[in-house]
Amino acid sequence: MDMPKTGEFAHIGKSVVIKGELSGSEDLYIDGTVEGTIQLRGNNLVIGPNGHVHADVSTKVVVIQGKLEGNIRATERVELRKSAVIVGDIVTQRIAMEDGAYLKGKVEIQRETANPSSPPAPKPELQVEARSAAAGSTPVTKQ
Amino acid sequence: MASVTHSFMKLFRGPSTVPGQGVRSVSTTQRLTRRSSGLGAVSRTLQSEEPICVLDIGSTSAANIRYLTQRGHKIYSEDLLEASTDPALITKDEQGQIILDSRRFLADNLVYPAAQFDIVLCWNLADYMPESLVKPVVARLWSTIKPGGMLLAFFHTREAGPDAPCYRYHIVDNDILEMQHVEARRDLRRGPTGALHTSIEKSFRLQRVFNNRHVENLFRDFGSIKFFLTRDNIREVLVVR
Repeated sequence: MDMPKTGEFAHIGKSVVIKGELSGSEDLYIDGTVEGTIQLRGNNLVIGPNGHVHADVSTKVVVIQGKLEGNIRATERVELRKSAVIVGDIVTQRIAMEDGAYLKGKVEIQRETANPSSPPAPKPELQVEARSAAAGSTPVTKQ
Repeated sequence: MASVTHSFMKLFRGPSTVPGQGVRSVSTTQRLTRRSSGLGAVSRTLQSEEPICVLDIGSTSAANIRYLTQRGHKIYSEDLLEASTDPALITKDEQGQIILDSRRFLADNLVYPAAQFDIVLCWNLADYMPESLVKPVVARLWSTIKPGGMLLAFFHTREAGPDAPCYRYHIVDNDILEMQHVEARRDLRRGPTGALHTSIEKSFRLQRVFNNRHVENLFRDFGSIKFFLTRDNIREVLVVR
């Protein structure tokens, strides 16, 4: 997956460093540094080639081109590109790996069935409770 | 713990690796196919409907992950040969010889609860791993394997020379492997300005050739050992804890 268009994904750029709990209900592209946890249930996460994530990740789909240290729980699938470096465990329904991807950890396939009575998806929003290096030590909340 | 060095073991001088800040292997796209009796013996367990735990300590292989997870098993992947190239492991022994720190290596690698794995896929690791790590790694592997669990390892025969190519192994069928030559290692070094430089080093070098007695000695803590002789210069060994 190439870098998505800005309008489709929330974007964390190469120079941005975020430490904290990152959650939301829209797709996210990370090409910077994130430490903490990432919760995007029902949405997609892309870690770009410059991305460096040190966090446990919970999403629908995750595509990794950069580095991730942490555990991944993806309800639908995980894609590891040839430049991916993963240290952590992966639990997902499907996994696709390109030759060259590096993994140190476990891969476990868990089939999950969709819940037809699940409520409709809420409006997109991205919440970041973090200490952003760009903003100094002031906590940032965006809705 | 006794060293693997022995008067009648064939040793090849020279380091297996060049110190660097990070190593990523580069493999060719061409793959050779070989039938593996050892893998065939292991596959009987892999056909089990009960999910089992497999540890693959070769290069990360998408094929192996796919093969095992499609059968409902869990796979743990850990590239120990690449991990052995960490320059932080370099130290000196009592005689002042440069060796790799096995304690530090095992503090960072193969950290699992006891008796976790049903199968360990060792591939050709023992032939290419630096000597100071071989026995400690085998001892750690023993502790991580369940009683009755198996370990599959490949060893070169006497006919192999020091330039015997290092292969990655991919499972394609019950007893069929694809071998992919590790041609070069991309060695990343950080220069004085902080910039990353890439140098291409030669592939992993064959460190030694074990004879049968050495293989038996290496796995002496295991309950049983079985050898499969092949026509290429590879000896397949299946041990059971």
